[in-house]
Amino acid sequence: MSRVRVLVGTRKGAFVLTSDGKRESWDVSGPHFGGWEIYHVKASPADPNRIYASQSSGWFGQVIQRSSDGGRTWEPVGNKFAYDGPTGTHLWYDNTPHPWEFARVWHLEPSLTDPDTVYAGVEDAALFRSSDGGQNWQELPGLRTHPTASVWQPGAGGMCLHTILLDPSDPQRIYVAISAAGAFRSDDAGKTWKPINRGLRSEQIPNPTAEVGHCVHRLAMHPSRPGVLFMQKHWDVMRSDDGGESWRETSGNLPTDFGFPIDVHAHEPETIYVVPIKSDSEHYPPEGKLRVYRSRTGGNEWEALTKGLPQRDCYVNVLRDAMAVDSLDPCGVYFGTTGGQVYVSANSGDSWAPIVRDLPSVVAVEVQTLP
Amino acid sequence: MSVRVTLPAHLRTLARVDGEVKLDVNGEVTQRSVLDALEAAYPMLRGTIRDHETHERRAFLRFFACEEDLSNESPDARLPEAVATGAEPLLIIGAMAGG
Repeated sequence: MSRVRVLVGTRKGAFVLTSDGKRESWDVSGPHFGGWEIYHVKASPADPNRIYASQSSGWFGQVIQRSSDGGRTWEPVGNKFAYDGPTGTHLWYDNTPHPWEFARVWHLEPSLTDPDTVYAGVEDAALFRSSDGGQNWQELPGLRTHPTASVWQPGAGGMCLHTILLDPSDPQRIYVAISAAGAFRSDDAGKTWKPINRGLRSEQIPNPTAEVGHCVHRLAMHPSRPGVLFMQKHWDVMRSDDGGESWRETSGNLPTDFGFPIDVHAHEPETIYVVPIKSDSEHYPPEGKLRVYRSRTGGNEWEALTKGLPQRDCYVNVLRDAMAVDSLDPCGVYFGTTGGQVYVSANSGDSWAPIVRDLPSVVAVEVQTLP
Repeated sequence: MSVRVTLPAHLRTLARVDGEVKLDVNGEVTQRSVLDALEAAYPMLRGTIRDHETHERRAFLRFFACEEDLSNESPDARLPEAVATGAEPLLIIGAMAGG
């Protein structure tokens, strides 16, 4: 019988949650790296025992951990993220030039085919790659040196590269997203990059339809249709059917189109999930009701999924990397909250149950479907 | 004679050591030579105490020895004789902070 392994990053350590295919009874292991911020934990699609974790701390900086036995044991690997060549400047919050400074790894994206190859999205925004299992990291500098980079500006959370999507049909094609620069695409394996923000509209920047400057919170893709992208922006849920060349809004009847994560059902490429959040500054669910919204039409028509989720006095947030889907049938959907809950739905979102309720604030959730 | 170094708890966990670290240091015993020896023995500590490239001390760490704060001394200044002889440890301390 298939199993699932949920990899949870929190503000104070990593946790591994495992269950059989019923997804009813769970084992919890952790905290791993207790006391450290774990921005992301993700496993290799090519080797489910190979897992990478981004571990960081204001005191001690960045550490990358690697497991080769499914998360039972870990070893620290390389943590040197040196920008390639002159760092240049981006804009600071006050519009003055500010030099690129490495702060942390937000997102680790293992290669689809090679367990030893992994990409890292970092703050200040840049893309790195390791081809030796995380021992050594090389920047792909074409992104940070893009002609628009000098006017990129951090969002409130820092100028982070938080999303990396690898196209399963074309190893040359990579999508990334940066807060608050926008979405970018490479068609040459990361050598050169193109902003793909046409159709986005952000009233918070001087030119609402500028080529860059949009606070993209998350991108999602179904592997069977890699040209179709879904986006949760600072405001607006968006969709592209042409690899990001153009976007159209699909917020439809959402109670608020602000939010952080967005994800796609494992078997239904037009079924997508978001968690609407009240903003600009509250960052908790509207009306104190934690609701996942599901669209079975690729956007525009949304239904609230509430069964098993708190429908009163709930004021948690769900961060951008804190939602994932498994590939069982029916598809499992998972998300973690800043209140330390990790919820699972074993029926595509129809009903939910907490796996754990009292972890540290959850930053990232990934899931592996294991034989 | 070994130089003794006390690490913050999180770095002891990262380096998988219990208690003090004992290091053989070549040449003069300075912050730099001690940290060079520490990082050679425990490569996973590179970048966690000082910057990989500039070797600048991370902002929230301090170096204490013999009841003195040596954090802002030159990295090439000799450490106290008691540290060089192993009579006293070099203490690497994480700043007190909440969160």
